[in-house]
Amino acid sequence: MERDDVIEYSLDNHHSEEEGKKIRKNIYMVTIILSVVTIVEVLMGVLLPKAALGMNSTAWEMVKLGYVILTLLKAGYIVVIFMHLGDERKSLKWTILAPYALFILYLLYILFVEASA
Amino acid sequence: MAAEASKPIDSKVLWGGGRSPFSVSYGKLMMWFFLISDALTFGGFLGALGFARHKFEAVWPVTEQIFYHFPFVPHDIHLPLLYVALMTFILIVSSVTMVLAVEAGHRMDKKGVTKWLALTVVGGFIFLGSQAWEWSTFIHGSDHGVYKLNSGFTTELVTKDGDKTTADLGSGIVAEIQADESLLIKNGEFIGSTVTGEDAEAIKSTAEFVHGASLTRNEYGHQLYADFFFFITGFHGTHVLSGVILNLVILINVIKGVYHKRGHYEMVEKSGLYWHFVDLVWVFVFTFFYLV
Repeated sequence: MERDDVIEYSLDNHHSEEEGKKIRKNIYMVTIILSVVTIVEVLMGVLLPKAALGMNSTAWEMVKLGYVILTLLKAGYIVVIFMHLGDERKSLKWTILAPYALFILYLLYILFVEASA
Repeated sequence: MAAEASKPIDSKVLWGGGRSPFSVSYGKLMMWFFLISDALTFGGFLGALGFARHKFEAVWPVTEQIFYHFPFVPHDIHLPLLYVALMTFILIVSSVTMVLAVEAGHRMDKKGVTKWLALTVVGGFIFLGSQAWEWSTFIHGSDHGVYKLNSGFTTELVTKDGDKTTADLGSGIVAEIQADESLLIKNGEFIGSTVTGEDAEAIKSTAEFVHGASLTRNEYGHQLYADFFFFITGFHGTHVLSGVILNLVILINVIKGVYHKRGHYEMVEKSGLYWHFVDLVWVFVFTFFYLV
């Protein structure tokens, strides 16, 4: 049934064959990036294990930091490209990311500062 | 893209009523809101995991020493984290097929949507099967089992690079049964002496024998490790299961032509958001449970 009181935003998301080709190319690029990052993470796990570096060593701290950075990189690609958050309006991006960042940073702050034994 | 969201529209018009200020449909916006709350739940889980492992850092089990099995490969060949990495890859690939299904939907390509969505469902089933196998391996435990040493046992445990700790109550010191019936005292990456003969018999007669892991016993070390494993991967696995069911229902609708008649494939987009989120969570679980 046709409704004239609702704007069908979904109909506006259609794109042509040529645009689709460009978008698919981008998707395959991101696939390669995500796979390479995962392989790098596994190689880091094999070549730089915690047991060999020492639990409290600076080297292990750097490896841990490396894992966190690579993870955030993967997460960024998934959210921005796969979930199309990059194509949304700025106001929607902030509505989604800002409250989440606020709560998680607060949780981390509490854990780091207040949880010291 | 000529999508509504990328059109420059005056904010007075956008927020003036009668339309969505974000230029997205109600369903998609609500899916995003649901995902934020769900992500906070997982954030809480992973935060609690970080807290626990920091508190028991000296005695936390080493993940590489637990997850080294691979299907159809004998137990004595150690392939640390390789299967978990493969599971991660499977989930990433199924995320890619999902985004390709969404792309095909934007071109009203029913055949394309059917193909890519079906592959996504297959990927989800492979991941679920892998997780079931991993749980079964974890629950079943090592080849021989361990004796849990509780109070009164003091021995010095040392790592390869000289870090030292002493055993105390409830910290998860175990005596691992070796193939030759001797006992190896260990805790996570800390290794102590090998005990044989009468001393070994004494430990065997007093300490609790544990083989495998559950919510109340864990032969790999600290109990919280097993609890977090079951809760975090279990909660994620539940999400995968509901995602697969959701995708399957939508796949049936696609084949029946429901969305083609409607004029757009936004339902695929919405379940796609959920499916990518499941992949996103696994990326974090992979890092913070398995790698770090």
